[in-house]
Amino acid sequence: MLEVADLNSFYGGAHILHGVSLDVGQGEVVALLGRNGAGKSTTMKSIMGLVRPRSGTVTFEGQAIAGRPAYRIARLGLGYVPEDRRIFTDLTVLENLEVGCRAARGTQRAWTSERLFELFPNLAERRSARAGAMSGGEQQMLTIARTLMGNPKLVLLDEPSEGISPLIVEQMAFAIRQLKAEGIAILLSEQNLHFAMLIADRVQVIEGGRIQFHGTAEELSNQPKLREELLAL
Amino acid sequence: MGFFVAQLLTGMANAGALFLVASGLSIIFGVTRVVNFAHGSFYMLGAYIAYTLMSHLPGAIGFWSAIVLTGIAVGLIGLLVEIVVLKPIYRAPELYQLVATFGVILVIQDAVRYVWGPEDLIGPRAPGFGGVVSIFGQSVPTYDLVLIALSLVVLAALWALFNKTRIGVLIRAATQDREMVGALGVNQTLLFSAVFFLGSFLAGIGGAAQLPKGGADLTMDLNIITAVFVVVVIGGMGSIFGAFMASVLISELQVFGVQLLPQSTLVLMFVVMAIILVVRPQGLFGRPDAAVYQGNSAMVPKPLKPLGLAGKLVGAAILAFLAFIPFYGDNFLVFLFSDIIIFCLFAASLHFILGIGGMASFGHAAYYGGGAYVAALLVQYLQTPMELAIVLAPLGAGFLALIIGWFCVRLSGVYFAMLTLAFAQVVWSVVVQWTSLTGGTDGILNIWPSDWASDPSVFYYVVLVVGAGGIIALRAMAHTPFGYALRGTRDSSLRAEAIGIHVRRVQLLAFAFAGAMAGLAGALFVFAKGSIFPTELAISRSFDALIMVFFGGVQSLGGPIAGASVFTLLQDWLSDFTYWQLLLGVAIIAVVILSPRGITGLLETTGRIGDRFRTATGSNAEVAGKEAR
Ligand SMILES: Nc1ncnc2c1ncn2[C@@H]1O[C@H](COP(=O)(O)OP(=O)(O)OP(=O)(O)O)[C@@H](O)[C@H]1O
Ligand SMILES: [Mg+2]
Repeated sequence: MLEVADLNSFYGGAHILHGVSLDVGQGEVVALLGRNGAGKSTTMKSIMGLVRPRSGTVTFEGQAIAGRPAYRIARLGLGYVPEDRRIFTDLTVLENLEVGCRAARGTQRAWTSERLFELFPNLAERRSARAGAMSGGEQQMLTIARTLMGNPKLVLLDEPSEGISPLIVEQMAFAIRQLKAEGIAILLSEQNLHFAMLIADRVQVIEGGRIQFHGTAEELSNQPKLREELLAL
Repeated sequence: MGFFVAQLLTGMANAGALFLVASGLSIIFGVTRVVNFAHGSFYMLGAYIAYTLMSHLPGAIGFWSAIVLTGIAVGLIGLLVEIVVLKPIYRAPELYQLVATFGVILVIQDAVRYVWGPEDLIGPRAPGFGGVVSIFGQSVPTYDLVLIALSLVVLAALWALFNKTRIGVLIRAATQDREMVGALGVNQTLLFSAVFFLGSFLAGIGGAAQLPKGGADLTMDLNIITAVFVVVVIGGMGSIFGAFMASVLISELQVFGVQLLPQSTLVLMFVVMAIILVVRPQGLFGRPDAAVYQGNSAMVPKPLKPLGLAGKLVGAAILAFLAFIPFYGDNFLVFLFSDIIIFCLFAASLHFILGIGGMASFGHAAYYGGGAYVAALLVQYLQTPMELAIVLAPLGAGFLALIIGWFCVRLSGVYFAMLTLAFAQVVWSVVVQWTSLTGGTDGILNIWPSDWASDPSVFYYVVLVVGAGGIIALRAMAHTPFGYALRGTRDSSLRAEAIGIHVRRVQLLAFAFAGAMAGLAGALFVFAKGSIFPTELAISRSFDALIMVFFGGVQSLGGPIAGASVFTLLQDWLSDFTYWQLLLGVAIIAVVILSPRGITGLLETTGRIGDRFRTATGSNAEVAGKEAR
């Protein structure tokens, strides 16, 4: 469904991604693991068109999308949940969802705010609240919900477990499994191996802007040395 | 009581057009982060277009449809400007966008002059609202009440638009994080265009609606833009309600100010603005983080190096060339080069705060003209000799810059620009209004050099020595520890603060020093011309300085010199054409779009030594990365 091949990205003169390749299949959950500064977010931004890759290809459902503007990529059915949440703090919860709203494609069952409130019950009570006044966990749910309103076929989830309490992390894992059950494919960036193992079909480990490992979560946990080296776990 | 209410209503009516224009500017800025200096020109266009439409469409229906049609026409013109001028430079530093919008001001000025002629036009009466009504025994024009109602209707409509429609929600979201809005599938290009249409539409309606009250003339554009900046600074950028309240406040102040202090309404406005800024720098309804919006973020400055041997030789050659002018040139050439030297110093002084300090002052003429007036007044009233006047003028101008700078350095980026412009307007209006001292628009005449320097060639050498001395002093200052500290504040005020630089103090001192040097240029100017008029303090003179710095290239110390020379020659050459402003405007826009690093940038690129520089526009990834942060 999504194939990334030999991606090279730069910030100014700094070469950040060195030939990253990865793929996500139909309805699959793939975790992109790596330490701080490994290049996870840059990979996601390069896929999404927020950073223009200098070379390499990104193919989504057979279409080459590298170099296209972000809004076009989004309209193809790629959703992006940024790591720093970037909710619209001045807008209410419902208005945030409105910004993300796009028509469903083909046979997809469309997401509505009501369905999302079922998935994230905490948001339901706060639908008219200013988004900036919510807790970090609620804001994280809102970013995911906002992206889902665009009825994406694949979601790039950048560190959803970062900086939120274990209880909310549990809820998050539950919600993500629900999405998988809906047939939505997910590329998940994580530092939290435990969280990733709860939901990922496969893992890729990135370090220094290069993919250093790919395989299943079990394979990674059976290689403690590698784990320590790449993830400091 | 009746009198009070009548005054209050007049103020509210005046606030109407101001609010329409200010809210448009605010909306455009919120989403695109472009301060559209040409917004006042859209307002002026609105008045003129409405004039034509109203004379063709009869009756009440004609009148009101003319207002709506004007809004649409001006909205479309705004859209055209956005697509042609701004779209290519959205990612460039804000200074480039501001300069490009000046270009638009010049073009629209001359286009209006061409189409409607230079005479002021008197608007038609609004059918059915031509009379007066009596309120508490005072007669109030009915049309004033119409204007008040219109502004309330627009306020309500904008509220509904922003809270009840999808496009309004998208605009509010984009005001906060436009990149994220794009990542959610919204076409930013269309959104920017829509916003530009809306903002220009509002300005057009404002111009059209005030036509029966104020008519149409060619000074409307710059007059309203100053008031709009004051409104936006007071109300808080990006807040529609703030724009409304501040428009009312400013207009009421003017109406009641005339009763209390007839000669100093602008001073009153300035006092209020100053108080609000000290108490709430982000404006009454602005959000605090909006005020620290950092300009120049995409500009990657090169390290400055003291002149090498080659540079020194070039400098010496230029000086030698200039020294020989009186020997082989006629008087015309001597005067022309004297002008060029004076403008070089003026531009170099602006470059000191703008290029090195990162502070885009939009009111630098206040210190240039201020210095000129100090010198002229000293000669006029105290019979001060020229030599002493040339020494005292920069002190006076520097002192003025110190006072104004004290307020301005509290803000940065576009807010700083707007505030410096507003203060410069205050200085200008004080000079114009204080006729007994300054002669008002008649200026001060017969200010000639001392006897020994009365020969044009001799005075030319005075200009050369003092002008070159000033420029060398500015350059030398850039290479002192103070200059390094100033650059530190430009590159990162947080980091500068962290290593113990008192950012505001450094900025203030630099501002005052630049003001003093501009004052020195102004003093030379008075004695070169023998007279001084308020035009030397006007916005257009401040713009000249910016264009000179910009033409030369902001990032090079040689830039202002190259820019001032080219600009003066260009103006001298273009002024033979009737519509020279139009040509100049087009030239400015072309330079911004085609060669954003100015003349020196162009020379360096072609000379293949451009590697030391990183281009202002940068690579896509770099800019995208910056925006992503
Ligand atoms: N806007 C930027 N400009 C310059 N360098 C950047 C920028 N953003 C990230 N980097 C650098 O790129 C590298 C990769 O960053 P990235 O954000 O992709 O890492 P990450 O794996 O997402 O880390 P984290 O877990 O901390 O989010 C880091 O060395 C970082 O310093
Ligand atoms: Mg990251």
